[in-house]
Amino acid sequence: MPRHSENKRFRAAGPGRQAKVFAGFFLGLALALCLGWRLFPALMYREIPQPVAFTHASHLELFDCADCHYLREDGSFSGIPGTEDCLQCHDTPRGDSRAEAEYIEKYATGEKKVPWLVHQKQPDNVFFSHAAHDIKSCQKMGCHPEWEEPEDLCGYCHPSVEALDQPAPYKENRLTGYSKSTMKMADCESCHANPDHRDLTAANNACFTCHK
Amino acid sequence: MSMIALKEFKIRWGMAIDVDKCTGCGACMVACQAENNIAPVSDASDKRRALNWLVVYELSNGKAFPDHDLAYLPRPCQQCGTYPCASVCPVTATDKNEEGGIVSQIHPRCIGCRYCMAACPYHARYFNWQDPVWPRGLEKTITPDVSVRPRGVVEKCSFCHHRFMWAKDLARLENREPGRLREGDYLPACAESCPSGAIVFGDLHNPTHRVHQLAGSERAFRLLERLGTEPQVYYLSRRAWVRRQGDNYLPDEKKPLP
Repeated sequence: MPRHSENKRFRAAGPGRQAKVFAGFFLGLALALCLGWRLFPALMYREIPQPVAFTHASHLELFDCADCHYLREDGSFSGIPGTEDCLQCHDTPRGDSRAEAEYIEKYATGEKKVPWLVHQKQPDNVFFSHAAHDIKSCQKMGCHPEWEEPEDLCGYCHPSVEALDQPAPYKENRLTGYSKSTMKMADCESCHANPDHRDLTAANNACFTCHK
Repeated sequence: MSMIALKEFKIRWGMAIDVDKCTGCGACMVACQAENNIAPVSDASDKRRALNWLVVYELSNGKAFPDHDLAYLPRPCQQCGTYPCASVCPVTATDKNEEGGIVSQIHPRCIGCRYCMAACPYHARYFNWQDPVWPRGLEKTITPDVSVRPRGVVEKCSFCHHRFMWAKDLARLENREPGRLREGDYLPACAESCPSGAIVFGDLHNPTHRVHQLAGSERAFRLLERLGTEPQVYYLSRRAWVRRQGDNYLPDEKKPLP
């Protein structure tokens, strides 16, 4: 049998040869793991800079999150403020930063919409309601005492940007075009399909709750 | 005969369509098409290709003048209580599992086998034979909260489910209970657009809603009721011949079977 004879040859090769074979094996394994864990994911995503080097940190010195990101009167979410909102302060330069000068030149004059890249952008078939994901409804039951501020729940899906001087790096999947940090269905299901939530919260796992 | 036990919900969104009030103008069909991103086709008379979530059928009593009589019957998805479509779906792309009892259709999950179309006794389901194409400029009219379907999937009326979501969001903002919407908070596009008020929409379980009273009327009937599909769409007519056309009867059959 060939396998048997190979084993014989392996044993006959002596300890030096055996060590080489093992070293080769582990080197190959390490290389494969490196490729799979490090290199391939890095190749899958490309980093795209945001069109404007917006700083959340300095804006939060003057504003609350809800001043720009609020629920409209009809229950829909305002999302990212439009150029007309920014123009209320930035019609003329307020500082001497290059980012602001660029912003005013490119977008403010001419009131052009900034093509922001949204980290949490969902596919066309997903319906997400910000009004439904209100921290007050989570606080009612007292199950999550660690959630105190609205941002505690926001941070469940959105990366924290409060302290950032630069926009968080946006990574796009080269194949699908989706953002790397977007919510996956499994993330939604961590609450919606959680058996502890059943009959206690409004979160349910019916298809039409999240899909359209 | 139905294969699935009746699924009950606290809220049962339903419609009562007064066939005697319907003038057959087609405003509901147009409103539906615009609201639900149904792309215009080059030849809408080609029924193998054309797609409508809501169709207005013309009924005739089959008699010659002067006894001839006409009726128009708008047919959305009947949102059956014992849904024959979802019970045959091999991939659970369609289901009835949300409060309100609307049969959901998740297009990216659909594999296009069209088993549900064969199962639906109302022909309320449609297959996308082609990718939808909007004439240049008209794509701006697409409703953002209704997803656009690619070719190869089945679609159907959802009672304008996104409007249900909008109504719940507004209720939350106004500190009302989203599970107890008032009558009129949530209206599908067809009910809203009907100029003669033939389509009444609301919660069939709520006695204060008009649709609840209309569904209990002696003029009320449902389509193919003897199949046991328990539709959530009721029709109303004073004319006996219209009510009789709502189901299949033997030519000499005098009374409806129990």
